[in-house]
Amino acid sequence: MKKHNPVLISLIAVFLGLLIACIVLAVSGLNPANLFIALIRSLSGFYLLKPEQGINISYPLNWLLNSLPIILTGCSVGFAYRTGMFNIGGEGQFLVGGLAAATVATLVKLPPVVHVIVCVLAAGIAGALWGFLPGFLKATRNINEVVICVMLNYTALYLNQWAIKAFLPIDLNTKAKTTLFPDSATFFPLNFGSTSQFHWGFVIVIAALLVYWFIMEKTTFGYSLRATGLNKEGARYAGMKTKFNCTASMMIAGAFSGLAGAIVTIGVFKYGRIATAFDGYGFDGISVALVGSGRAVGILLAGLLFGLLKAAGTTFQMLGIPKEVASIIQACVLIFVAIQHGIKMLLDFLSKRKEKKLDGSHSS
Amino acid sequence: MKKFFSLLLVLLLAFALVGCGSKGNEPADDQTGGDEPQTLHLGFVTDVGGIDDKSFNQTTYEGLLKFQSENENVEVKYLQSNNDADYIPNLSSFCDEKADLLVAAGFLFDGAMSEVLTTYPDQKALIIDVDWLDASAFPNLRQVAFAVEQGTYLAGIAAGMKAVENGSKHVGMVIGNESASMDPFFAGFQQGVWSVDPEIIIDYDNAMSFNEPEKGSTLAEKQFNNGATVIFACAGSTGNGVIANAVERCKNGQEVWVVGVDTDQYSYGVYDDAGHSCILTSAMKRVDVAAYDAAKDVAAGTFTGGVKLYTLSDRGVSLPEENPNLTEDVLAAVEAATNDVVNGVIEVSKTAVYGDTDARVVGFYSSATE
Amino acid sequence: MAYAIEMLNITKDFPGIRANDNVTLQVEERSIHALLGENGAGKSTLMSILFGLYQPTSGTIKVRGQEVRITSPNVANDLKIGMVHQHFKLVECFTVTENIILGNEPLTKYGTVDIRNAKKRVKELSNRYGLMVDPDARIEDITVGMQQRVEILKMLYRDSDILIFDEPTAVLTPQEIDELMHIMRNMVKEGKTVLLITHKLKEIKAVADKCTILRKGKGIATVDVKTTSEAEMAEMMVGRSVNFKVDKKPAEPKEVVLKIDNLCVKDLKGLPAVKNVSLEVRRGEIVGLAGIDGNGQSELVYALTGMEKVESGHVYINGVDITDLSIREHADKGISHIPEDRHKHGLILDFPLRENLIIHEYDRAPFAKGLFVNNEAIDEYSDRLIEEFDVRSGQGKDSLTRGMSGGNQQKAIIAREIDRHSDLLLAVQPTRGLDVGAIEYIHKRIVEERDNGKAILLVSLELDEIMSLSDTIAVIHDGEITGIVKCDETNENELGLLMSGALHKLGGSDHEEA
Repeated sequence: MKKHNPVLISLIAVFLGLLIACIVLAVSGLNPANLFIALIRSLSGFYLLKPEQGINISYPLNWLLNSLPIILTGCSVGFAYRTGMFNIGGEGQFLVGGLAAATVATLVKLPPVVHVIVCVLAAGIAGALWGFLPGFLKATRNINEVVICVMLNYTALYLNQWAIKAFLPIDLNTKAKTTLFPDSATFFPLNFGSTSQFHWGFVIVIAALLVYWFIMEKTTFGYSLRATGLNKEGARYAGMKTKFNCTASMMIAGAFSGLAGAIVTIGVFKYGRIATAFDGYGFDGISVALVGSGRAVGILLAGLLFGLLKAAGTTFQMLGIPKEVASIIQACVLIFVAIQHGIKMLLDFLSKRKEKKLDGSHSS
Repeated sequence: MKKFFSLLLVLLLAFALVGCGSKGNEPADDQTGGDEPQTLHLGFVTDVGGIDDKSFNQTTYEGLLKFQSENENVEVKYLQSNNDADYIPNLSSFCDEKADLLVAAGFLFDGAMSEVLTTYPDQKALIIDVDWLDASAFPNLRQVAFAVEQGTYLAGIAAGMKAVENGSKHVGMVIGNESASMDPFFAGFQQGVWSVDPEIIIDYDNAMSFNEPEKGSTLAEKQFNNGATVIFACAGSTGNGVIANAVERCKNGQEVWVVGVDTDQYSYGVYDDAGHSCILTSAMKRVDVAAYDAAKDVAAGTFTGGVKLYTLSDRGVSLPEENPNLTEDVLAAVEAATNDVVNGVIEVSKTAVYGDTDARVVGFYSSATE
Repeated sequence: MAYAIEMLNITKDFPGIRANDNVTLQVEERSIHALLGENGAGKSTLMSILFGLYQPTSGTIKVRGQEVRITSPNVANDLKIGMVHQHFKLVECFTVTENIILGNEPLTKYGTVDIRNAKKRVKELSNRYGLMVDPDARIEDITVGMQQRVEILKMLYRDSDILIFDEPTAVLTPQEIDELMHIMRNMVKEGKTVLLITHKLKEIKAVADKCTILRKGKGIATVDVKTTSEAEMAEMMVGRSVNFKVDKKPAEPKEVVLKIDNLCVKDLKGLPAVKNVSLEVRRGEIVGLAGIDGNGQSELVYALTGMEKVESGHVYINGVDITDLSIREHADKGISHIPEDRHKHGLILDFPLRENLIIHEYDRAPFAKGLFVNNEAIDEYSDRLIEEFDVRSGQGKDSLTRGMSGGNQQKAIIAREIDRHSDLLLAVQPTRGLDVGAIEYIHKRIVEERDNGKAILLVSLELDEIMSLSDTIAVIHDGEITGIVKCDETNENELGLLMSGALHKLGGSDHEEA
């Protein structure tokens, strides 16, 4: 089988996903053009239906804003995946990260900038701790990390509910969240006067992607992580510390999700939430990592894609497209990436047919 | 391969063109509409629950739909949020659409609403269950609150009398989650119960979730087994689990009752072909009335901002009109209590007591559990 | 005599490669026909075409005289062609019977699986062909040899008339190989036709009637096995004359490098696998460890390299006790290890060759600069090793090892291990599944290392290999050393008895002198 460009395969997957969404819309009597109108609006801020409004910067900013946390959770899942582990605990790590950031933001007094940095560090450490347990148990006791992760997700959810009520200053009006964080503990908004919550936390995401790429591709530690992920026994034979690698990898993965919790908590909400259900950031990370095939650039692009679909949800609904269509596209893209083998075969088939045609013309 | 790509592109374009073709009609509609009276655009943003949550999102939406059905040229649109981070984009979206009224149901919208109205100060908006935002900063925001304790007080009386009648002197309460806006529900209910007989035990459980019916059923199981015969299910769709549990028991010939919340939930509790229901009564909170009123005021040009409190006297909170399961003397007692509250003879407290200070409350936060 | 299969003038092109070039293969009914060729000669492609996995670019296929188009394995099945693959396709947790009927389950009149009748038939077939398989045993509980018989039974159960065996002996012990040969003869007696793909001349000589030889995609010849010598066939396969005897001078053993003292090791199930083993390997000698598969060789090797915990006893390298050190420290103290399973241990298959060559030293200079990978140093080093050890692959150091041939994969491992210049080279099954050319090369390198003053412990299931390479032979049976003999003072028969545990010959004094 010929080697095909993974980017091309992902692009085809996206195309096919959109195509199916169009068919779904057309079959249910809705206008498929609206799909693209919504996507263009989120991409550029330009609303084709109301061109007189000009460009509204808040839409592209919201697209980026939606992408930030899932790029981080994508890094989280991808990092563990490259080491041969499945980090389904992104939800829990996200929540404890948010909780740690909220705790530092409300209970600790620090000067601006420093305060934000400490919040982010605390979130990373909390996420890492949450990743430590499944990694450690997997490494030393060979307990399936998926089970531990799922259990820790719920532990995190209820820990978050209890800890905020028990220790943090509560907003008396609602009793459902903490008081607003001081300005020193929030990311400066970067919204160019629009209503978007986009903020300087994007720097953290870029830094995380760079760190991800750097560790994985450039360091000897990353080399041993990749070896462990591809062939644990082989890595053990070579004398690598596979147990340490498993634990460390899950901790780093947890830290990425913890950072996601921080940038949402101190960047978007600016208060600590008593979450009653999972927001799905951790689970989105699984899709992002899968579509991005565990590579930094892929995760960035996949995160931007899924962020776009999330952000376009508002306009989808406004145009009468059920918000579930965004989920359908997302699911289709995932399926097509998962069956990329099939796409490869299709490409092979097409190129072969072309060759044959060429052969035919030669002989004639 | 290029061919394959071009095929894909052509397909996508074809779809888009088909779409544009049909889209061409829409602006035409708008233009013909230009001669007629202006269309009133109502925009409603829900939380994750959506407009079919059988709870306040749905009720608010029904209020808007009722206004639409009674008036011409009214358009109602809603946006459902995927999570809390969607609130601001969704609210802003309606502002960009220049909706005539922006509606948000739930106190979790308080921060998002003030954020958005800072950018769009002229936007007329309604927020439900919030009364603490700065009215002078947001002159076009109507904040609506409900004296829910007055309604649940009446429900408590009905529940207490039923418990006494059953001889169990034990009622239950399942709450979705504790918060400032939920506290008065319990406050009114317990005062009503204890006004019938101060010795009635109240089994109290916090489900910590508004959307897990299984949890509601589990807690109902526990409370019924503990001896409660009436449970106040005050927990959104978690409460539907409480009702489901009671329906099962009633089908098996047991006599148990559930007090519904927010809307008249009588139909949810029907357990036989004759139409009997296990819903004793419902403590209604008429968010639909609040939404309807706001839409009406906008249409009439009389919309005002500020805080508006709905009480028993304006039927913003109440029991249902029809109460097939309440006996004459219960109805009489409820009627009398209504008058007392409306006339200020009785003042219902907004603050509940819990197991840590009152031994009559057992369950979740009580040291005397089981 | 009629032909069961005729593949006439088959050509198969892959992008850039002509895998089969006008090959003709004619297999007579009720015979054993061997297909001989080195790795990459086109044997597998040809068989894949016959089995419907590939379509030939040109050429015709006839089965029992009828021209056919085999478009998928299902068509092949319908034509009663069955294939026993080199890597078995069995469900580990199913029983033998369940595996055999999988995909073709007989039903009772109630629509449930008729396991009882199936079992009866499996038993009957097993007896008829002398397979001796227990229909109720679980796959995970039976030996590799038995698993192969299950694969054979699967074919017989489906009434296949033409059975293709793809390198069937690569995973078998000498005894099992003999039994398999016997089974094949039984099959021919029962009217089946057997097509045997292999590169082992001895087996062809022992069992086959005709042999077709492929080299570089071309059919070289079809010969009558009885009248052709092994050397002739080998020459046709490789394209030059092959030297079977390993050239080596007499050993000049010097001081003891590896000393194993009363070593006990348990296996994964916690049962004793290595029992009080004592053994010495000296600088400048090759000690061969002979034994039937599963008699504690793997556990012994794992214990020597630190990959498994030692129960009791000690291991010394150059007099230093390394018993309880980590895997890494074992390597650092002077052990190079060519592992038994090159896919499981030897290579990270999805790493490029260059990354596989530095797997022990990745975090040390010159391959690491501080915390970072030093790509220039790795590239330079890889180029040198690839050149020096003649490792061939599509894209040089950047080729994924997964895509490389078995021989080149093994060469890469041997290059890496030899170049570490350790005092002890632990070579476990170093030529498993390789072709003649590669075997020759690897044997030559191992003897060279001996002459360079390394101590070499060779663990192999192939007695021929042990006998042609070793200076001293230790035999292991059931975790115990049953004999230590000098190579030129023993013979196959004696070793066979030692391997089966029937004879003990621990001439301690002999060994001291060696």
